[in-house]
Amino acid sequence: MYCGGLNYSQLFETELGLERLEDFERDRQRGTVVTETDLGERIQQLDNQPPAHIVGPAIQKSKEDVAALFARKYGSDPNNTDEVYLANQMRNHTRPLIEKAAVGMTGANFAIADTGAIVTVTNEGNADLSGNVPKVRICSFGIEKVLPSNKELALFIRLLSRSATGQPISQYTSHFRGPRQDGEMHVVIVDNGRSERLGMEQFWQSLKCIRCGACMNTCPVYRRSGGLSYGSTYMGPIGIIMMPTFDIHRYSELPFASTLNGSCSNVCPVKINIHEQIYAWRGVMDQKNQINLTKKAALKVAGNVLSHPALYQIATTVTDEALKILPHFAIYNDLNAWGKHREVPEAPKETFHQWYREHRLKGIQGDERSTGHSGTH
Amino acid sequence: MSARQDILGRIRSSGPPLKAKPQVPDFTRLSTADFIPQFRKGLEEMAGVLVDQRPVDFGAFLRSRFPNAKNICSAVPECAGDSTPEKYSNWANAGDIDVAIVRSPMGIAETGSVLLSDTDLRVNTIGFLAHDLVVLLDPADIVENVHLAYRHPAFRNKAYSVLMTGPSGSGDIGGRVVHPAQGVMTLTVIFWPQI
Repeated sequence: MYCGGLNYSQLFETELGLERLEDFERDRQRGTVVTETDLGERIQQLDNQPPAHIVGPAIQKSKEDVAALFARKYGSDPNNTDEVYLANQMRNHTRPLIEKAAVGMTGANFAIADTGAIVTVTNEGNADLSGNVPKVRICSFGIEKVLPSNKELALFIRLLSRSATGQPISQYTSHFRGPRQDGEMHVVIVDNGRSERLGMEQFWQSLKCIRCGACMNTCPVYRRSGGLSYGSTYMGPIGIIMMPTFDIHRYSELPFASTLNGSCSNVCPVKINIHEQIYAWRGVMDQKNQINLTKKAALKVAGNVLSHPALYQIATTVTDEALKILPHFAIYNDLNAWGKHREVPEAPKETFHQWYREHRLKGIQGDERSTGHSGTH
Repeated sequence: MSARQDILGRIRSSGPPLKAKPQVPDFTRLSTADFIPQFRKGLEEMAGVLVDQRPVDFGAFLRSRFPNAKNICSAVPECAGDSTPEKYSNWANAGDIDVAIVRSPMGIAETGSVLLSDTDLRVNTIGFLAHDLVVLLDPADIVENVHLAYRHPAFRNKAYSVLMTGPSGSGDIGGRVVHPAQGVMTLTVIFWPQI
């Protein structure tokens, strides 16, 4: 039996362990093939990778990467990197699957208590296709997606698109209050730890998230490392504070993937205190013994050094000199987590304080001597 | 206790302190005269096309704008078309429509959006599986913004309704927004007062 399914909202289904990567053989044996209908999610599915961003699932791939992938999977021209050509390749190969699909699966951006509507927001129209073409539609979403009425919905629709893509509204804002004609609509409202999180005084605010991705777009760590490096369903700053509520041990390292600069909290349209929660999660990890001993010891040393300026200056000078002469094995070993996957930066010729004393302080003192002036600079 | 009751019980007992629901203002700021220029701006920013005068010869207009169209599916009395939505009892077959023509009961000046419900489309998929979509809109049916738009009864009594703003598009390859995605390739809105 062939049973095609269409998927929109891969992130949520990944949270539930329903993610379907490109394992056609396994799927065929089970008699079910699941096809992602969002272009970015389909690219990731074809490449056997989870989404790398909430709004732009394949954001880490260049158009050359996509051209090479489509050439492998669809037999298209590997040298044609025109975005319109590539988007047409996806459309031409996915449309037939959509037209014969038996089941459509979607998430929801919002659900309205007052009207019973499931609201989806897309630029591609893929949720409308998943919700209207197959006769059977399954819609699943977390309990936090429920809004009281259309009055609040209007506000959140305006917030979501502006914060996600900078558009006043997305191309398709769709409202499903029931199944299509002659069809079935099944709605699954998921808790998965959310009601428990609601009771956590420090962490309940992450439930306000509308999945716009603004915190990722501004985060210096996310922008440098990309979404896949988090190894979690939800990535970036919001992922750091959400994932430990699902599995504290597995995601115990995530709260340390932040500089605590606060840019995420600054741009968040629903005013989640993300960086404060990241800091609070570090405390929880410590209390619940989720920090390994090496990191604990390193943090203790760092705390001592950074709180004593004289000690800090001595430490940096000694370390820089040591790095210049130490043999490779003394730098790259189990105690140096940084060096496991990266080269240690080359030691500078001098520290900033040494340079300042040499170049600026002398000049300032000289000026003061020649003018007899002792004002500040 | 069922799982549902269990979850609802936890929500009621463990959430942050209850406070009064804030009132959402309508955020109105435009005068009626600004509605049409703002609607045009919003629609064109999303790659939609506005025709602000009803064509004298609609057939000639369609032929010139969609010269390769062989199957024009009309859901409106203003155009006979080659087919009607009812031809598509299997909703998945609407992909063979070149141009679908429907009427929208409401536009939104703020965003350039048009409202389409299952009543307007009759077969929902003609609005997405067709190659191109033409929407007739009475300019008198334009409201100022999204807040006012959500007062439309369609959002309370239709099984399906969509605010459509421009043709389907995607920025998932290299960050450049392109059309096509999975839905219609073009969206043309024609100002056409109700008969």
